[in-house]
Amino acid sequence: MLTVKDLAVNYGAIQAVKGVSFEVHRGEIVTLIGANGAGKSTLLKTISGLMRPKAGQITYLERPLDRLSAPQIVRAGISQVPEGRHIFPGLSVQENLQMGAFGQRDRAVFNETLQTVYDYFPILKKRRTQDAATLSGGEQQMLAMGRALMAHPQLMLLDEPSMGLAPIFIQEIFTIIQAINQAGTTVLLIEQNARQALKIADRGYVLASGQVKLSGSGAALLANPDVQRAYLGG
Amino acid sequence: MQTFGQQLVNGLSLGSIYALLALGYTMVYGIIKLINFAHGDIYMLGAFWGYYSLRAFHFNFLMALCSAMVVCAVLGVVIEYFAYRPLRHSPRITALITAIGVSFLLENGMSALVGANARSFPQALPVVTYHWLGIRVSNIQLLILITACLLMALLELIIKRTKMGKAMRAVSVDPEAAQLVGINLNHTISFTFALGSAMAGAAGVLIGLYYNSIDPLMGMTPGIKAFVAAVIGGIGSVPGASLGGFIIGILETGVQAVGLSAYKDAVVYFVLIVILLVMPAGIFGHNRREKV
Repeated sequence: MLTVKDLAVNYGAIQAVKGVSFEVHRGEIVTLIGANGAGKSTLLKTISGLMRPKAGQITYLERPLDRLSAPQIVRAGISQVPEGRHIFPGLSVQENLQMGAFGQRDRAVFNETLQTVYDYFPILKKRRTQDAATLSGGEQQMLAMGRALMAHPQLMLLDEPSMGLAPIFIQEIFTIIQAINQAGTTVLLIEQNARQALKIADRGYVLASGQVKLSGSGAALLANPDVQRAYLGG
Repeated sequence: MQTFGQQLVNGLSLGSIYALLALGYTMVYGIIKLINFAHGDIYMLGAFWGYYSLRAFHFNFLMALCSAMVVCAVLGVVIEYFAYRPLRHSPRITALITAIGVSFLLENGMSALVGANARSFPQALPVVTYHWLGIRVSNIQLLILITACLLMALLELIIKRTKMGKAMRAVSVDPEAAQLVGINLNHTISFTFALGSAMAGAAGVLIGLYYNSIDPLMGMTPGIKAFVAAVIGGIGSVPGASLGGFIIGILETGVQAVGLSAYKDAVVYFVLIVILLVMPAGIFGHNRREKV
């Protein structure tokens, strides 16, 4: 579904991604794990069109992505849940979700999707008229995910969804990611919480200093002694 | 008391003009963090469009007002497209200096084109003065106040209720996230310039009617005062800009009323300095903490 080939991206003067290749197949949960500064977020921003590659290709459903703008990429079916959530403060919860469906003109489809999102996250329905800035961190993460779902993505990119959340929310977020995946959305997940991510992932890639160091099934990476030592705390 | 009431009426009329102008400053700042110094000149162009449309095309007042808004909206979009958009990723100071350059271009361009002399604005409406409790109110003053309030209500409606308005707010708080949900940054910025410039165009026609005199440099001082109004209200805040505009208008007429006409501009800047010292974010502004 998504193929990234020999991708190199500069972040200012630094080469943050140095020739990374990986694939995501339809229906999978794929995770990229790695320490801070491994180039994970840069990679995701490049897929979403916020940053431009210096070299290499990104193809999505046989189409090259690297010439499209961020809004065009959303319309092509890829939604990103950005690191740090980035909900819109000053807009209500429902308005935030409405912005997620910015390209959607059909009222009926919009209402149906909104209902689906509220089914995943009942708390958002309860808070729909509240200013999004008043939500707790976990609720904001749910709003960011709900907002991304509003665009009907085929492929959802999640950048550190568990960052800064209480353990109870982390569990819930990961359960919902699995539910979203089961409902037919392919997921590319970036996590520092490697153990949780590998548990739910079909496949994983380990990134370090802008390069893929290891890849394999989620279970295989979990069992790999090198991964355990470096990313799973022993 | 009577003088006070009279000055309040005069101040509110003048204040509506500043408020309409301040809205453009604040919206543009909110969305691209640029102080658009050419904004006062859009107001001047609105006044000139009103002048020609009333004289040459024999428009009535309403047609002149609406067409000036449309013309200025288009001009605003064109200016953003050619002058500011190429500098989107440049340091802010570059765009700021460009805005000053655009302002000079419009002022001197108009002077070259139509002459620098002041000309009298056609009286589109017969002036009727009402007396009420000893206060004189002209129909023009009422018209300015009502038109300004209607336009501000309309703007509030657009920003709060429409999809484009919500997109404007989304872009102004988080442009990157806005792109990630599929909002087109360029369209939203153009829309903001169109709205702000339309308000300035309306203000230009209204001031022509009120003061009867227009010239190519008429946008300079009101432009700066409206900018002060936007800062006092809290730059980036729409209700703040309206309130700031009224405050500046009332302040200015009040100072004139107590016989300090020569200081009317100085007082406005003095208030600006005080506001910046005691509440730098303005009345409705809030200091956003920088997140790391």
